[in-house]
Amino acid sequence: MRYLPLSDADRSQMLARIGVKNVNELFAGVPKDKLLTSPVNLPSHKSEREVEGMFRKISAKNMAASSVPFFLGAGAYKHHVPATVDHLIQRSEFLTSYTPYQPEIAQGTLQYLFEFQTQVATLTGMDVANASMYDGSTATGEAVLMAHRVTKRNKAILAGGLHPQYADVVRTLSKLASDEVVSMAADVSGDADILSQIDDQTSCVVVQTPDFFGNLHDFKAIADKAHEKGALVIAVFTEAVSLGLLKAPGEMGADIVVGEGQSIGNALNFGGPYVGLFATRQQYVRQMPGRLCGLTVDSEGRRGFVLTLSTREQHIRREKATSNICTNSGLCALAFSIHMSLLGGTGLTRLAKVNHANALKLSRELQEIKGVSVLNKTFFNEFTVRLSQKAADVVEQLAKRGILAGVPVSRLLPNAGLDDLMLVASTEVNTDEDRVALVTALKEVL
Amino acid sequence: MNNQGRPTHSGEVGQGNLHPTFTGNKALLQIEPLLFEVGRNDVTGVDIEDVAIDSNCLGNMGRQAQVELPALTEPEAMRHYVRLSQWNFGIDTGLFPLGSCTMKHNARLNEAMARLPGFGDIHPFQPLSTVQGALELMRELGRYLMTLTGMEAVALSPKAGAHGELCGMAAIKAAVDAKGEGATRTVVLVPESAHGTNPATAVMLGFSVKSFPTREDGKVDVADVKALLGPDVAAIMLTNPNTCGLFESQMKEIADAVHEAGGYFYCDGANFNAIVGKARPGDLGADAMHINLHKTFSTPHGGGGPGGGPVVFSKLLAPFVPVPQVRVDGDDLTLEEHADDKNFGRLTAFHGQMGVYVRSLSYMLSHGSDGMMQASEDAVLSANYIKACLSDLMSLPYGEQPCMHEVLFDDSWLSDTGVTTLDFAKAMIDEGYHPMTMYFPLVVHGAMLIEPTESESKASLDLFIAALRDLAMAAKNGDKERFTGAPYHAPRRRLDETSAARNPVLKWTESTKPNHHW
Amino acid sequence: MTTYYSKDHEYIRIEGNVGVVGITDHAQSQLGDVVYVELPKVGSDIAKGGEAAVVESVKAASDVYTPVSGKIVEVNGELEATPNLVNEAAERDGWFFRIELSDKSELDGLMDEAGYKKFVAENA
Repeated sequence: MRYLPLSDADRSQMLARIGVKNVNELFAGVPKDKLLTSPVNLPSHKSEREVEGMFRKISAKNMAASSVPFFLGAGAYKHHVPATVDHLIQRSEFLTSYTPYQPEIAQGTLQYLFEFQTQVATLTGMDVANASMYDGSTATGEAVLMAHRVTKRNKAILAGGLHPQYADVVRTLSKLASDEVVSMAADVSGDADILSQIDDQTSCVVVQTPDFFGNLHDFKAIADKAHEKGALVIAVFTEAVSLGLLKAPGEMGADIVVGEGQSIGNALNFGGPYVGLFATRQQYVRQMPGRLCGLTVDSEGRRGFVLTLSTREQHIRREKATSNICTNSGLCALAFSIHMSLLGGTGLTRLAKVNHANALKLSRELQEIKGVSVLNKTFFNEFTVRLSQKAADVVEQLAKRGILAGVPVSRLLPNAGLDDLMLVASTEVNTDEDRVALVTALKEVL
Repeated sequence: MNNQGRPTHSGEVGQGNLHPTFTGNKALLQIEPLLFEVGRNDVTGVDIEDVAIDSNCLGNMGRQAQVELPALTEPEAMRHYVRLSQWNFGIDTGLFPLGSCTMKHNARLNEAMARLPGFGDIHPFQPLSTVQGALELMRELGRYLMTLTGMEAVALSPKAGAHGELCGMAAIKAAVDAKGEGATRTVVLVPESAHGTNPATAVMLGFSVKSFPTREDGKVDVADVKALLGPDVAAIMLTNPNTCGLFESQMKEIADAVHEAGGYFYCDGANFNAIVGKARPGDLGADAMHINLHKTFSTPHGGGGPGGGPVVFSKLLAPFVPVPQVRVDGDDLTLEEHADDKNFGRLTAFHGQMGVYVRSLSYMLSHGSDGMMQASEDAVLSANYIKACLSDLMSLPYGEQPCMHEVLFDDSWLSDTGVTTLDFAKAMIDEGYHPMTMYFPLVVHGAMLIEPTESESKASLDLFIAALRDLAMAAKNGDKERFTGAPYHAPRRRLDETSAARNPVLKWTESTKPNHHW
Repeated sequence: MTTYYSKDHEYIRIEGNVGVVGITDHAQSQLGDVVYVELPKVGSDIAKGGEAAVVESVKAASDVYTPVSGKIVEVNGELEATPNLVNEAAERDGWFFRIELSDKSELDGLMDEAGYKKFVAENA
């Protein structure tokens, strides 16, 4: 077995040194009738070549995004990731290190986390950011729990533009913790009245921009009303590239900003692993979940970094911890940070502009097709179209023609009477040929 | 130091600093300032055209202010991150005996497989007809996990161990509620030796925690559990092998007692690496168990994530598993994405950690059933070998019984030396090792938990043992300085955690910049 | 001026109808470097034994319970910027809050200085 360095001779010598005859004596704690003496009923070991062959065969059954005209979004976006990013995150010392509990030999991880925190705080327009969460949806769930701790209330209002699966995660966590959730109906046009929902019992209002249907929101008025009532505003985004072109959520009065960072530096990966971004205002830093990296000096006075404020975490506070989470998404945060440092603020804005320009072109061309109407007044790189047929059927037919056209809204909201709606996204990877292919195919199908 | 290279601090000078250099670099070890100190606003590492846009569709939501983040060109980025990487210790650097974290070899085949376009470059909401291979892979991974644990159902989506715990305990809560006992079964039993996530998870779900001590042999006794059981107990959470590196031999009796009292058994699978292919938690009465894919099945720890924490379930809990679930529909595979009224909902958007699934299954296929069994045996053998070679110098809190895949020492052998567990760990850094887990489990004074994993050769183990023996002798012989000032040779000496916590500086500003260039 | 001590290592120094509460010098030495103190809201009513504050060191966070019932009338704002006062002068400048006693008889259940010293010695 190529991964196991001990030879049979080594094993014999080690057993002798321990003073036992065979290895099963070391498993004496396992009840005799429960100890397995032969391998379980699964295939035996395989060479690298064999395993690779098996995986290639399975993976070939999937239609890769880059192999076809591709327009899916709904919380996961296809962007170009520079080759440098994937090379660097595979450096052994990044890839095979662990949580930097020994800061003297983990300054590499700690410094990039400090840089990542700074990038996220700057992008979101907030004071502080943590060292990342599992993904955008769990970050949203944690943000709601944090708002409950800050306000000592337990009612969250979820705007109708919140990603339906993010809302599911919040509802699941809230149900488990016996907290209250007011879920507003799916808001396709983006003009539902949230203000009137906010009252003295409200802990937080969760708003998303660009929202699930692609609409952009200025939630300043919501923030003002929420603050007047002693509630917090949680601003969510699922497309991090939009921050390059849109007003920072911090500018509009958000108290907590959470989002999905996949768009920058990370592949689609069928939904994970991704990286959750989490930022807040200075005054709430001690209520913030997740790991934090802070600046300090070593015993010789040299600048260095450590994990800090860790008393908030479960390994010390146990049942009083701010959350039970002990893993962040370190390597995905690194990918985000490397891509972001290659872009810089200027590059990010240029990238966002290309995305928006491509989406504008696409929306104009789709609007011309009989049986298609674009519903959005505002959008960034994704918008909602109404089709003259069921969107799921149209998407399926186009997939057969080798085009991944969009996400049928019914996939996420099956019983909402929105079967004719499709989300369409266009990023910098889409070419003129991709658009022509989509438009031509849609004309034929509709 | 200032930038003329003259010392400006009165702090201790380590052995590595006897001959200061002008740049602060030490040959291969290069100093690297922060991104915000080397980056600039007028360069770019990605060529993107500055297209003009019609901003009508942005409404009034367009950004007015520039994003104030500097950029690095590609060569600068390469150096920045390569230099940072060189300040890190990873599994590929040296022996990484961090107890309860299972820092085993990460095969690069697994990395390559996860990057196949058919896995890495597919979108979670593509039509299911275009991702049948992905669903097949998830189904296969689930089958492997159920076979290895002897369980009936699986939820793949939890993102890491703690998330898996939440999932498993939520299913237990749903089952308790379904029996109409939600108001009365509110207590979860947790031994004092448990990992901190256990009580945190239980409390998050509204349970109250009753903790109980372990016996003198480091294990839980069925009689102690029975004494606490009653109609108010929803579940017990037990780690097996436990956090002291011992197998809970009464697990089956405990599970039977808990079941008889109407409760459920949550097994924390953090230490599954000791028993893969050797024992099945399902045979021992577990109702739910999370599996840390990043430990047992060797997906890279990546500086703290991403991980994967699938949960396997017994027949009792199978109806309560969360979405998403892969199902068979004739010749096709399909994905159940919407919760019904029985299960407890959804823990994350999308379908979980696909990239981690691919790597784990690649590990499992490579090892096969024989290789996984051998890996567990080697992990246990290596830990016992270390124990046998060090027990004359270092003290074992629970006597001479065999350990599982990790060996636990306490600090009583250091008493009167003036050296603490922390000092000892820092001196290990100077010897080129990552320290073991310290001060955990909490039930042992000055705990040192050593987990070598199956990935070390005998020569590597022998050198590690020799180094630890040398350190132990030095501590006993009064060479206190070797420990209290350690590490001397790491890129940084001990860091001031107190000032970091008193005045948290969590992002870069102009004032963060030191008055010297590193 | 009398000072009483609790088994949770809080002291309360009686000044008329008001008690000054903090953690004992012994408690701070066990905690190590204090990095943060979370104080109660002025005006809040807390019952004897209730959680009134949290004191954090680098490695641990501990709840501070009020040894008597009453209304919080003042908190030590200095601790926000200089939590090290708890280490330097736990039973003087490092006090946490002043509480207006609602039931003076609750003091009877507490220890005096000699009693506390004995308690610490026995539990060392």
